[in-house]
Amino acid sequence: MVKHVLVASVVVLLIGAAAYAAFYVAPTEATMGTIQRIFYLHVPSAWTGLTSFFICFVANLAYVLRREPRWDWLGVAAAEVGLTFTTVVLVTGPIWAHPVWGIWWTWDARLTSTFVLWLLYVAYLLLRSMLEDPDKRALLSALFGIFAFLDVPLVYGSIRWWRTQHPQPVILGGADSGLQPTMRWVLLFSWVAMLALMTLLLRQRYRLEAMRGEVEMVMREAEAV
Amino acid sequence: MKNLDSVLAAYLAGWAIFFAYYISVARRTAALRKDVERLKESLTRGK
Repeated sequence: MVKHVLVASVVVLLIGAAAYAAFYVAPTEATMGTIQRIFYLHVPSAWTGLTSFFICFVANLAYVLRREPRWDWLGVAAAEVGLTFTTVVLVTGPIWAHPVWGIWWTWDARLTSTFVLWLLYVAYLLLRSMLEDPDKRALLSALFGIFAFLDVPLVYGSIRWWRTQHPQPVILGGADSGLQPTMRWVLLFSWVAMLALMTLLLRQRYRLEAMRGEVEMVMREAEAV
Repeated sequence: MKNLDSVLAAYLAGWAIFFAYYISVARRTAALRKDVERLKESLTRGK
Protein backbone atom coordinates (compact mmCIF):
# COMPACT_ATOMS: atom_id res chain seq x y z
CA MET A 1 0.00 0.00 0.00
CA VAL A 2 2.82 2.43 0.96
CA LYS A 3 4.64 1.51 -2.26
CA HIS A 4 1.50 2.16 -4.30
CA VAL A 5 0.95 5.60 -2.70
CA LEU A 6 4.60 6.43 -3.38
CA VAL A 7 4.36 5.37 -7.04
CA ALA A 8 1.07 7.28 -7.49
CA SER A 9 2.66 10.39 -5.91
CA VAL A 10 5.61 10.22 -8.31
CA VAL A 11 3.19 9.96 -11.26
CA VAL A 12 1.15 12.94 -10.01
CA LEU A 13 4.38 14.95 -9.62
CA LEU A 14 5.46 14.03 -13.16
CA ILE A 15 2.06 15.05 -14.58
CA GLY A 16 2.24 18.32 -12.62
CA ALA A 17 5.78 19.00 -13.86
CA ALA A 18 4.70 18.26 -17.45
CA ALA A 19 1.81 20.74 -17.13
CA TYR A 20 4.18 23.35 -15.65
CA ALA A 21 6.58 22.82 -18.56
CA ALA A 22 3.71 23.11 -21.07
CA PHE A 23 2.54 26.42 -19.59
CA TYR A 24 5.80 28.06 -18.48
CA VAL A 25 8.80 26.42 -20.18
CA ALA A 26 7.59 25.85 -23.76
CA PRO A 27 7.67 29.04 -25.84
CA THR A 28 4.43 30.48 -27.23
CA GLU A 29 3.89 29.25 -30.79
CA ALA A 30 4.13 32.12 -33.30
CA THR A 31 1.00 31.41 -35.42
CA MET A 32 -1.51 29.88 -33.00
CA GLY A 33 -0.45 31.48 -29.73
CA THR A 34 -1.51 30.08 -26.34
CA ILE A 35 -4.01 27.55 -27.73
CA GLN A 36 -1.09 25.51 -29.11
CA ARG A 37 -0.21 24.50 -25.51
CA ILE A 38 -3.01 21.88 -25.70
CA PHE A 39 -0.56 20.06 -27.99
CA TYR A 40 1.49 18.96 -24.91
CA LEU A 41 -1.51 17.07 -23.51
CA HIS A 42 -3.17 16.00 -26.77
CA VAL A 43 -0.18 14.48 -28.59
CA PRO A 44 1.39 12.56 -25.64
CA SER A 45 -2.10 11.19 -24.80
CA ALA A 46 -2.44 9.99 -28.40
CA TRP A 47 0.99 8.33 -28.41
CA THR A 48 0.32 6.72 -25.03
CA GLY A 49 -3.09 5.47 -26.17
CA LEU A 50 -1.48 3.84 -29.22
CA THR A 51 1.24 2.33 -26.98
CA SER A 52 -1.46 0.84 -24.77
CA PHE A 53 -3.32 -0.58 -27.79
CA PHE A 54 -0.02 -2.12 -28.94
CA ILE A 55 0.35 -3.82 -25.54
CA CYS A 56 -3.25 -5.05 -25.94
CA PHE A 57 -2.39 -6.40 -29.40
CA VAL A 58 0.69 -8.27 -28.11
CA ALA A 59 -1.35 -9.69 -25.19
CA ASN A 60 -4.13 -10.77 -27.59
CA LEU A 61 -1.62 -12.52 -29.86
CA ALA A 62 0.02 -14.20 -26.85
CA TYR A 63 -3.39 -15.41 -25.60
CA VAL A 64 -4.28 -16.93 -28.98
CA LEU A 65 -0.92 -18.74 -29.09
CA ARG A 66 -0.61 -19.80 -25.43
CA ARG A 67 -4.15 -19.70 -23.93
CA GLU A 68 -2.86 -18.45 -20.57
CA PRO A 69 -5.37 -16.28 -18.64
CA ARG A 70 -2.73 -13.68 -17.69
CA TRP A 71 -2.55 -12.57 -21.35
CA ASP A 72 -6.32 -12.10 -21.39
CA TRP A 73 -6.07 -10.03 -18.20
CA LEU A 74 -3.33 -7.86 -19.71
CA GLY A 75 -5.33 -7.51 -22.95
CA VAL A 76 -8.46 -6.12 -21.30
CA ALA A 77 -6.42 -3.89 -18.96
CA ALA A 78 -4.48 -2.37 -21.88
CA ALA A 79 -7.66 -1.94 -23.98
CA GLU A 80 -9.40 0.00 -21.19
CA VAL A 81 -6.37 2.17 -20.46
CA GLY A 82 -5.83 2.85 -24.18
CA LEU A 83 -9.49 3.81 -24.48
CA THR A 84 -9.12 6.30 -21.60
CA PHE A 85 -6.15 8.01 -23.28
CA THR A 86 -7.94 8.05 -26.65
CA THR A 87 -10.99 9.63 -24.97
CA VAL A 88 -8.70 12.44 -23.76
CA VAL A 89 -7.43 12.83 -27.35
CA LEU A 90 -10.98 13.05 -28.73
CA VAL A 91 -12.00 15.62 -26.09
CA THR A 92 -8.91 17.88 -26.22
CA GLY A 93 -8.70 17.83 -30.05
CA PRO A 94 -12.01 19.65 -30.63
CA ILE A 95 -11.23 22.16 -27.82
CA TRP A 96 -8.09 23.06 -29.79
CA ALA A 97 -9.82 22.89 -33.19
CA HIS A 98 -12.69 25.30 -32.43
CA PRO A 99 -10.62 28.50 -32.07
CA VAL A 100 -8.07 27.42 -34.72
CA TRP A 101 -10.28 25.95 -37.47
CA GLY A 102 -13.59 27.60 -36.52
CA ILE A 103 -15.21 24.14 -36.24
CA TRP A 104 -15.22 21.51 -33.49
CA TRP A 105 -14.90 18.50 -35.79
CA THR A 106 -14.36 17.45 -39.38
CA TRP A 107 -14.46 13.97 -40.90
CA ASP A 108 -10.90 13.96 -42.23
CA ALA A 109 -8.76 10.81 -42.34
CA ARG A 110 -6.96 11.35 -39.00
CA LEU A 111 -10.02 12.31 -36.96
CA THR A 112 -12.20 9.62 -38.51
CA SER A 113 -9.63 6.82 -38.11
CA THR A 114 -9.08 7.85 -34.46
CA PHE A 115 -12.82 7.89 -33.79
CA VAL A 116 -13.15 4.46 -35.44
CA LEU A 117 -10.28 3.21 -33.24
CA TRP A 118 -12.15 4.43 -30.15
CA LEU A 119 -15.35 2.70 -31.35
CA LEU A 120 -13.47 -0.56 -32.04
CA TYR A 121 -12.12 -0.74 -28.49
CA VAL A 122 -15.54 0.17 -27.04
CA ALA A 123 -16.85 -2.78 -29.09
CA TYR A 124 -14.03 -4.96 -27.69
CA LEU A 125 -15.15 -4.18 -24.13
CA LEU A 126 -18.85 -4.61 -25.01
CA LEU A 127 -18.10 -7.99 -26.58
CA ARG A 128 -16.39 -9.09 -23.36
CA SER A 129 -19.35 -7.99 -21.25
CA MET A 130 -21.73 -10.07 -23.38
CA LEU A 131 -19.86 -13.39 -23.14
CA GLU A 132 -20.21 -15.38 -19.91
CA ASP A 133 -17.93 -18.34 -20.59
CA PRO A 134 -14.39 -17.14 -19.61
CA ASP A 135 -12.52 -19.24 -22.23
CA LYS A 136 -14.84 -18.24 -25.07
CA ARG A 137 -14.75 -14.59 -23.92
CA ALA A 138 -10.94 -14.56 -23.79
CA LEU A 139 -10.49 -16.17 -27.22
CA LEU A 140 -13.14 -14.16 -29.09
CA SER A 141 -12.05 -10.86 -27.58
CA ALA A 142 -8.39 -11.66 -28.34
CA LEU A 143 -9.30 -12.30 -31.99
CA PHE A 144 -11.38 -9.13 -32.10
CA GLY A 145 -8.52 -7.18 -30.44
CA ILE A 146 -6.10 -8.33 -33.15
CA PHE A 147 -8.58 -7.14 -35.77
CA ALA A 148 -9.13 -3.80 -33.96
CA PHE A 149 -5.38 -3.10 -33.91
CA LEU A 150 -5.37 -3.03 -37.75
CA ASP A 151 -6.73 0.54 -37.43
CA VAL A 152 -3.60 1.73 -35.56
CA PRO A 153 -1.33 1.87 -38.67
CA LEU A 154 -4.16 3.74 -40.42
CA VAL A 155 -4.27 6.33 -37.61
CA TYR A 156 -0.46 6.70 -37.81
CA GLY A 157 -0.35 6.91 -41.60
CA SER A 158 -3.48 9.03 -42.13
CA ILE A 159 -1.65 12.39 -41.91
CA ARG A 160 1.24 11.05 -43.99
CA TRP A 161 -0.69 9.32 -46.79
CA TRP A 162 -3.62 11.72 -47.30
CA ARG A 163 -4.23 15.46 -47.26
CA THR A 164 -5.98 16.23 -43.99
CA GLN A 165 -7.27 19.20 -42.06
CA HIS A 166 -5.37 17.78 -39.07
CA PRO A 167 -1.83 19.24 -38.80
CA GLN A 168 1.02 17.33 -40.42
CA PRO A 169 3.41 15.29 -38.19
CA VAL A 170 6.11 17.22 -36.31
CA ILE A 171 8.06 14.09 -35.29
CA LEU A 172 9.15 11.52 -37.95
CA GLY A 173 7.36 13.63 -40.51
CA GLY A 174 10.02 14.11 -43.18
CA ALA A 175 12.33 16.92 -44.26
CA ASP A 176 9.89 19.83 -43.80
CA SER A 177 8.71 18.82 -40.34
CA GLY A 178 10.22 19.47 -36.93
CA LEU A 179 9.85 21.26 -33.63
CA GLN A 180 11.74 24.04 -31.90
CA PRO A 181 14.18 22.26 -29.46
CA THR A 182 12.50 23.44 -26.20
CA MET A 183 9.08 22.47 -27.57
CA ARG A 184 10.45 19.03 -28.49
CA TRP A 185 11.86 18.49 -24.97
CA VAL A 186 8.58 19.55 -23.33
CA LEU A 187 6.68 17.22 -25.67
CA LEU A 188 8.96 14.26 -24.90
CA PHE A 189 8.87 14.95 -21.15
CA SER A 190 5.05 15.10 -21.28
CA TRP A 191 5.06 11.75 -23.06
CA VAL A 192 7.26 10.24 -20.33
CA ALA A 193 4.77 11.54 -17.71
CA MET A 194 1.87 10.00 -19.67
CA LEU A 195 3.73 6.68 -19.99
CA ALA A 196 4.21 6.69 -16.20
CA LEU A 197 0.47 7.31 -15.76
CA MET A 198 -0.30 4.52 -18.25
CA THR A 199 1.92 2.11 -16.29
CA LEU A 200 0.17 3.00 -13.03
CA LEU A 201 -3.32 2.57 -14.50
CA LEU A 202 -2.36 -0.62 -16.35
CA ARG A 203 -0.95 -2.17 -13.18
CA GLN A 204 -4.09 -1.33 -11.18
CA ARG A 205 -6.44 -2.57 -13.89
CA TYR A 206 -4.42 -5.77 -14.43
CA ARG A 207 -4.62 -6.56 -10.70
CA LEU A 208 -8.39 -6.10 -10.76
CA GLU A 209 -8.76 -8.42 -13.76
CA ALA A 210 -6.42 -11.02 -12.22
CA MET A 211 -8.47 -10.99 -9.03
CA ARG A 212 -11.70 -11.30 -11.04
CA GLY A 213 -10.23 -14.17 -13.06
CA GLU A 214 -9.18 -16.03 -9.94
CA VAL A 215 -12.63 -15.59 -8.35
CA GLU A 216 -14.21 -16.91 -11.57
CA MET A 217 -11.92 -19.96 -11.46
CA VAL A 218 -12.82 -20.70 -7.82
CA MET A 219 -16.54 -20.35 -8.63
CA ARG A 220 -16.22 -22.74 -11.58
CA GLU A 221 -14.40 -25.30 -9.44
CA ALA A 222 -17.03 -24.95 -6.69
CA GLU A 223 -19.84 -25.45 -9.22
CA ALA A 224 -18.09 -28.53 -10.66
CA VAL A 225 -17.84 -30.21 -7.20
CA MET B 1 -3.45 35.62 -23.25
CA LYS B 2 -6.01 34.75 -25.92
CA ASN B 3 -7.72 31.33 -25.64
CA LEU B 4 -6.25 30.61 -22.21
CA ASP B 5 -9.74 29.50 -21.07
CA SER B 6 -9.79 26.84 -23.83
CA VAL B 7 -6.32 25.59 -22.82
CA LEU B 8 -7.37 25.37 -19.16
CA ALA B 9 -10.63 23.63 -20.15
CA ALA B 10 -8.67 21.03 -22.16
CA TYR B 11 -6.24 20.32 -19.30
CA LEU B 12 -9.04 20.15 -16.71
CA ALA B 13 -11.10 17.82 -18.94
CA GLY B 14 -8.08 15.57 -19.57
CA TRP B 15 -7.16 15.31 -15.89
CA ALA B 16 -10.82 14.75 -14.94
CA ILE B 17 -11.04 11.80 -17.38
CA PHE B 18 -7.85 10.20 -15.97
CA PHE B 19 -8.97 10.79 -12.39
CA ALA B 20 -12.46 9.38 -13.05
CA TYR B 21 -10.93 6.25 -14.59
CA TYR B 22 -8.51 5.80 -11.66
CA ILE B 23 -11.42 6.12 -9.19
CA SER B 24 -13.55 3.69 -11.22
CA VAL B 25 -10.78 1.03 -11.11
CA ALA B 26 -10.27 1.61 -7.36
CA ARG B 27 -14.03 1.28 -6.68
CA ARG B 28 -14.35 -1.88 -8.78
CA THR B 29 -11.35 -3.37 -6.95
CA ALA B 30 -12.84 -2.51 -3.53
CA ALA B 31 -16.22 -4.02 -4.52
CA LEU B 32 -14.55 -7.23 -5.74
CA ARG B 33 -12.49 -7.47 -2.52
CA LYS B 34 -15.76 -7.26 -0.53
CA ASP B 35 -17.26 -10.06 -2.68
CA VAL B 36 -14.17 -12.23 -2.09
CA GLU B 37 -14.46 -11.67 1.68
CA ARG B 38 -18.17 -12.59 1.56
CA LEU B 39 -17.34 -15.70 -0.47
CA LYS B 40 -14.64 -16.73 2.02
CA GLU B 41 -17.06 -16.24 4.93
CA SER B 42 -19.79 -18.33 3.30
CA LEU B 43 -17.25 -21.09 2.50
CA THR B 44 -16.03 -21.12 6.12
CA ARG B 45 -19.62 -21.32 7.37
CA GLY B 46 -20.33 -24.16 4.94
CA LYS B 47 -17.47 -26.34 6.25
